[in-house]
Amino acid sequence: MWRMLCSDSRYNRRAEAPCASPATTCSSRTGRRAALGRFCCSSGTSMPLRKVWKTFWATPASSLMQATVKKVWKTFWATPASSLMQATVKKEYLNLQGRLLSSVKICTCSSLTSQAWSSVSTLHALSRPSDANLPDQWGLSSPEKHYSQMKELHDRWRLSTVNREYLVCPSYPPAVIVPKNIDDDMLEKVAKFRQGGRFPVLCYYHKKNGTVIMRSSQPLTGANRKRCREDEQLLQAAIEGSDKGYIIDTRSSQQALQASMTGGGFESKSCYSSWKRLHRQMERGKALQESLIKLVEACGDEYHNMDRWLSKLENSKWLSHVQTALSTAGLLAECVERDGHSVLVYGSEGKDSTLLISTLAQLIMDPYCRTLEGFLALLEREWVQAGHPFQQRCAHSAYSHARLQQESPVFLLLLDCVWQLWRQFPLALGFSEALLLRLATEAYASNYGTFLCNSDQERCVLGLKENTHCLFQALLRPRERDCYSNPLYEPTELAIWPSVHPQSLQLWRGFFLRRTPQARHLEEVQEEIRNMVIKWGKLALS
Amino acid sequence: MEHIRLPKVENVRLLDRVSPRRSRVGTLYLTATHTIFVENKTGVRNETWVLHSLVCSVEKQAAAASGCSLLIHCKNFQVLHFVVPREQECHDVHLSLQRLSQPVLCLAERHTELYCFSYKPNVDEKERCQEWDFLDLKADYSRMGLPNSLWKLSPVNQHYKVSDSYPADLFVPASATPPVIVGSSKFRSRGRFPTLSYYSKENHAAICRSSQPLSGFSARCLEDEQMLEAILRSNPCSDFMYVVDTRPKLNAIANRAAGKGYENEDNYSNIKFQFIGIENIHVMRNSQQKMLGACELRSPSMSDFLEGLESSGWLKHIKAVLDAGIFIAKAVAEEGVSVLVHCSDGWDRTAQVCSVACVLLDPYYRTLRGLMVLIEKDWVSFGHKFSHRCNHLVGDPKEVSPIIDQFLECVWQLMEQFPCAFEFNARFLITIHSHIYSCQYGNFIDLKLLRERTHSLWSYLWKNQADYINPLYRPDHSQTQGLLRPSTAPYCFKFWRGLYNRFDQGMHPRQSVEDYLRAIREETQQLEEQLKIAHLEQEQEWSVTQKAVTFDKSPTAWALGNDLGLANTPQDYTGGFITSSPCQPKAPDGRRILLTQDSNQTSESNLSSGSDQESGIADVSCRSPLSTDSTRDPDSDEAAYSAA
Repeated sequence: MWRMLCSDSRYNRRAEAPCASPATTCSSRTGRRAALGRFCCSSGTSMPLRKVWKTFWATPASSLMQATVKKVWKTFWATPASSLMQATVKKEYLNLQGRLLSSVKICTCSSLTSQAWSSVSTLHALSRPSDANLPDQWGLSSPEKHYSQMKELHDRWRLSTVNREYLVCPSYPPAVIVPKNIDDDMLEKVAKFRQGGRFPVLCYYHKKNGTVIMRSSQPLTGANRKRCREDEQLLQAAIEGSDKGYIIDTRSSQQALQASMTGGGFESKSCYSSWKRLHRQMERGKALQESLIKLVEACGDEYHNMDRWLSKLENSKWLSHVQTALSTAGLLAECVERDGHSVLVYGSEGKDSTLLISTLAQLIMDPYCRTLEGFLALLEREWVQAGHPFQQRCAHSAYSHARLQQESPVFLLLLDCVWQLWRQFPLALGFSEALLLRLATEAYASNYGTFLCNSDQERCVLGLKENTHCLFQALLRPRERDCYSNPLYEPTELAIWPSVHPQSLQLWRGFFLRRTPQARHLEEVQEEIRNMVIKWGKLALS
Repeated sequence: MEHIRLPKVENVRLLDRVSPRRSRVGTLYLTATHTIFVENKTGVRNETWVLHSLVCSVEKQAAAASGCSLLIHCKNFQVLHFVVPREQECHDVHLSLQRLSQPVLCLAERHTELYCFSYKPNVDEKERCQEWDFLDLKADYSRMGLPNSLWKLSPVNQHYKVSDSYPADLFVPASATPPVIVGSSKFRSRGRFPTLSYYSKENHAAICRSSQPLSGFSARCLEDEQMLEAILRSNPCSDFMYVVDTRPKLNAIANRAAGKGYENEDNYSNIKFQFIGIENIHVMRNSQQKMLGACELRSPSMSDFLEGLESSGWLKHIKAVLDAGIFIAKAVAEEGVSVLVHCSDGWDRTAQVCSVACVLLDPYYRTLRGLMVLIEKDWVSFGHKFSHRCNHLVGDPKEVSPIIDQFLECVWQLMEQFPCAFEFNARFLITIHSHIYSCQYGNFIDLKLLRERTHSLWSYLWKNQADYINPLYRPDHSQTQGLLRPSTAPYCFKFWRGLYNRFDQGMHPRQSVEDYLRAIREETQQLEEQLKIAHLEQEQEWSVTQKAVTFDKSPTAWALGNDLGLANTPQDYTGGFITSSPCQPKAPDGRRILLTQDSNQTSESNLSSGSDQESGIADVSCRSPLSTDSTRDPDSDEAAYSAA
């Protein structure tokens, strides 16, 4: 799958706006702007590459890049598989919030050969950011490091490397944290009982009361109520010493019941007697994608009348999804922080809404996650390492005509929810709106490797860690840090409980309407605030 | 006092509007001016004050086992739900409140029941008189450069003979003679002839206002035509003028049947006629009612709320007013063309549109004093019927309409788009709003003896201006300069939670950037001053000053309040599951809409922020919005644990 997006240079600059400091511009002389492209790949059954897509910003400086693309393109056509290809080249003018955006989309559906991939690899190497100051290690942390830092955990939890070859669960990282008295053999059995092998693992330890959040995928109980003793033991071990735990299922009980007809299911009360199941229906997949498409469409037309706008906004249901996500995360956090019980979260696959609410709950409860480093580490842990399939979910954003099954803006929904938190607690988060905007851009088009691929395994196979740079590290460099930190940040130990009343939630104008002149005014405000704080800080120090 | 049938009721419950399971038990006191609810709780003294003149409706619901419900809606959008244990008590309270909230007009002692006559802050008589001299409209006209060779002050309405709803001092074109003015006034509804509202020094374009002409199907009036001609000639740079009828065309045509109507372009030389289509007061009233209905929904889904907002049409009307203001502002600033604005009587839509245009045009009206002047000029002096529209007295319910609310909201919408362009903050608008309705000050009550006996809001606001300053405002900021060019794309309009859900504390952001910035700004100023002094002083004194300048990491004002006391309270996540586990023992309940009043009471007289204090919302109780939070207990919210 190829996609090429050529836009005018103004758009390009906007896309890169958060880092458009003079220093960055200098370093971009060697074609950095041209390099703002990205492609990623995933391993298929026959060859490591099933899909490659790339977003490419055509600017005058990108001629080198274009040449390379042509070369790859030729290779691509030359392969035998190309007879199956359907190539559509579309030139369309997208009116993105009143701004003309010319885009060329090249879409083909095919499987690429390894030959094509090797060319692509070259291309990718070229597209790496030319900034050589990044540290050698890729990523901010690793499961091992995370575990070793959490000393409190060590009594009851251990680090298991049962998945070191990615055989037990292809979408998990090589090391995961599990209850101490569950050995690797048991884990393998549990993995067989959970969809995609995603057995329950620890994702958050609440220091205040020692409770935990775990996540998994749905159990494969099926219609005839299969059981798995090891799974039951694992969950029991997780709440050792406590009278009960909660299971938050992000499907309605009806959906869960339906899932059991097709091999999935839920934990029955009789087998998991100390666990209480709570169902909170969250939309996922296609419904979410449709919602985003409708919302972006509604935001694109400024000549609507008021009624039409409000009905379109309502009809898109995007804000309803934000509301549901925040309230489910609130519920999860309440179970842990106020009720003092451990929680297991899953949806069906445990790669989307599960990650969404576990991330939000951690932001609500954990002061460290609200710092700039902490937030990025959280994203790395809960999204990149935990196997959110970025490549499948963030391939096309809202303007895709090919309605892909796998496309879904879950990550964008997370960023929106975090933005709502930031709106309600403007002093409690260590990062700024600019960071969220940058992440939203990078998830779809990036010259960093962080959001490439669907899982740790794929990243490993393709050598991403050797060949690309890590976005999170780049965002923590001093000059970027200045841009992305919140000047008003006042750390607090308390939990930040968001309000989920409809009146409290707002459209994320900074993102959905970022091309309008009003967004410029809001940026000016942030600048103004930063300047005020800097001035005050200087005076206070002098 | 004779209306109070029952001065005190015990064991009354006050329910939380957002989550009705939360309630507080206390005692209800009825006084001549306020209803006070005092919570029975040792330690914290938690009081809710409701000013009677702010009560909009009192509704008694059928008795239930737990008691009899009394629902009080206030004009500042506060809703109080009391449950009184005995029905008879409830009945008495209901009748008393109904009577107390509706001051009657009796001919012998007119308006004496209004709160402004009994409101006596600790101010001596001389000061009180000075309060009324605080704003001088003549000064505003001379700021515009008037009178000059083109516009003159006309004495024609000196004794309110020509138009009793117009001010005495009016500016008219230099060439307009008294016979022309009088003739024109006879051809206009209620004698409201075309007169100046705003004049642009730079290009001589002016905004004039009037009421509709009595043209019927074919009537003409030579003087009126001469009057418009004179206005046109007062703008030497332009060879035509706009006449803007702010009504929908259909309404204007319907008026012709009643002998009123609109200007015929053929009869007036060089006018361009334009309908704008702002709906009438009845549509606006119903729209606001519907919108408030959506705000009051109990635990609505996102869709419920947005549907309610859409079907109310409220934002559509706000957009219409703003669109009209933009049209006029652009005509004046960009085309340099004078505009005559009217609607039917020229005191509702015309006031809205002219004042919105002024805010867009002139940076002065975006300052604290400027907005007060603007309201005084375009609304008070030009006879907006505050008493009818705001229901100050028992009157025709069909005359009530939120016209001024819409103007304030338009300004708020502009503030949202241009956060650095306004000297005042949203709190200022909300305070003005509540005082327009509270009758605490005499400004908005149409009565001649007001100046002798009541107080003026403007000087009160000016005295407390520190609370109303927008810390982001910079007079030299690019947003602040010249004409504002707002976008009127529908997505630029937001629901004003701060006003319509003002008392639902849980809905508002838990931390205020504005307060933080204000603290920073104040400290920066102090530091700068100290540095200046330090520079002047001798070098050995440096170290001493240094010490004084040292601050801890957070601004001091911030340190006063516990920023997250409130934050540590979960919302209703439609929880309803954890039934078995009682949460922590109930500590003093903090997260209430209302302030703890102990300190505020004593200061009521000199602060005189009457209704704001009584209603006790954090964002208006300006003293220290943060410190109030410190009394809130974090772990008090049991609602989320309620059964599903």
